Amino acid sequence: MSRLSKLSFSTIMLWAGMFFLYAPMLILVIYSFNESKLVTVWGGFSPKWYGELFRDQQILDAVWTSLKVAFFASTMAVVLGTMAAFVMTRFKRSWGKITLSNMITAPLVMPEVITGLSLLLLFIHMADLFGWPKERGMMTVWIAHSTFCASYVAVVVSARLRELDLSIEEAAQDLGATPLKTFFYITVPMISPSLAAGWLLSFSLSLDDLVIASFTSGPGATTLPMVVFSSVRMGVSPKINALATLIILTVSLIAFICWYLARRSERKSLPPAM
Amino acid sequence: MKRSLTFRLPKGKYWTIGLPYFWLLLFFALPFAIVLKISLSTAAISIPPYESLASYADESLQIMLNLGNYLLIFEDSLYVQAYLGSLKMAFITTLGCLLIGYPMAYAIARAPKKNQGVLILLVMLPSWTSFLIRVYAWMGLLSNNGVINNFLMWLGVISEPIQMLNTNFAVYIGIIYTYLPFMILPLYATLSQLDGSLLEAASDLGSRSLNTFWKVTLPLSKGGVIAGSMLVFIPVVGEFVIPELLGGPDSLMIGKVLWQEFFNNRDWPVASALAIIMLGLLIIPITLFHRYQAKSMESDL
Repeated sequence: MSRLSKLSFSTIMLWAGMFFLYAPMLILVIYSFNESKLVTVWGGFSPKWYGELFRDQQILDAVWTSLKVAFFASTMAVVLGTMAAFVMTRFKRSWGKITLSNMITAPLVMPEVITGLSLLLLFIHMADLFGWPKERGMMTVWIAHSTFCASYVAVVVSARLRELDLSIEEAAQDLGATPLKTFFYITVPMISPSLAAGWLLSFSLSLDDLVIASFTSGPGATTLPMVVFSSVRMGVSPKINALATLIILTVSLIAFICWYLARRSERKSLPPAM
Repeated sequence: MKRSLTFRLPKGKYWTIGLPYFWLLLFFALPFAIVLKISLSTAAISIPPYESLASYADESLQIMLNLGNYLLIFEDSLYVQAYLGSLKMAFITTLGCLLIGYPMAYAIARAPKKNQGVLILLVMLPSWTSFLIRVYAWMGLLSNNGVINNFLMWLGVISEPIQMLNTNFAVYIGIIYTYLPFMILPLYATLSQLDGSLLEAASDLGSRSLNTFWKVTLPLSKGGVIAGSMLVFIPVVGEFVIPELLGGPDSLMIGKVLWQEFFNNRDWPVASALAIIMLGLLIIPITLFHRYQAKSMESDL
């Protein structure tokens, strides 16, 4: 390929697309430091909305609820998703595997209103039949989030499991390790980066979900997106800009650290001659 | 060798497949059966707000299936328009994402190997931050006294603000903006696997680059195009947040209607029937997506 082709149509589109993706967020961040209450009029630099944000007890409570739900949901999702990914990549074709693969890919695209509605109706029926769950709240949101996040974990982990050299696992078993031992001592260390990636992805998906949480949550378990949504519905507010800035900053920081660690470990694993 | 690995997992094997299987059956598949059941019941003022299907009295079991909810949906033009509106919205935004996302994915796949990771990270990063926040960002940009209108007025292009927020235009922008990364990722995955020597062969044989693109690159990336399109199209059909925040009264979408039926009107049977019909419309796209996704996840043992 010639040097000239570097400034091709696709490269221009790439940078225009990047501008499209980042400009709105950048403007959001700039306006979070706006003195004026009118979000769109610049009234001078001020960090006062951050102070307001940290005095808003409703938002702080919602952040704590969301973090708890996201932590437990992503942990459960990693367990379920890894098992499903193991079935998808290591088991022979069978009736069970085919139905499982149907059920694990569908949540990736299922419209959220359908998932949310169907889970709520399930919880109501279960409460009717078995008396559990007694009331909807963090528990039901946890179940809902674990379910849809497990699909994303399965995608991430199965990609890694497919790349692995099967002969290492086979060697361990030939040397007398039980399948369980092989899994925990051989497979898990090799797929640990993808387990971490799946956990982080689930964590961010769970923190971000509004629709499914709105359906499956009950009184006393208001997650952050639910609070943000009800506030945003009334119009733009500088406090939300401040919150958005903190979210964007945290996510970027974590993503950068992960990327840096991944790159460093990649370099280390290369032979010194390279 | 492979056979021996799978054969040596007698009990553990059933646990490994059993737990996720049971979980998904209970919390993903079974709920659809319940939605179907509720969609055939009659709304009532009670808790929960519907009548049960089966009743047992005088030694006879009566099962009442109420098709009224479905008839109502087909007769009322509001619902039909909402379905058509959603499908149209999803179709146009999928096309938009494809037209913007394909060149971007292509440029990333053609970039030097060491830069590809950073570029794909930059594309995905916005999708890891809050979805709600990214929709919200456009509220500030598009409003009548928002950044875009102020800028255009300052330039002197327009003398008074253009109404952009609360129109279909805003919904298009918002959907393309939030779903673009989901289109780029699968496209990049297939385009980066593309064998460069095929393109060289085409050009050696005298094919012009545009011709090569249509005859070689595009057909070989078909899997990515299908996966990306389905990843955008299917969720957009049921989208609620974006039309609610950016759209106006005329941006009728089925996700919004379902939400209103459920939360505002508390008509659970109609909301369930709306969900069942939506699922029926989406069953072909979902199957298409599943075929691609399962192929990329399973390995053939």
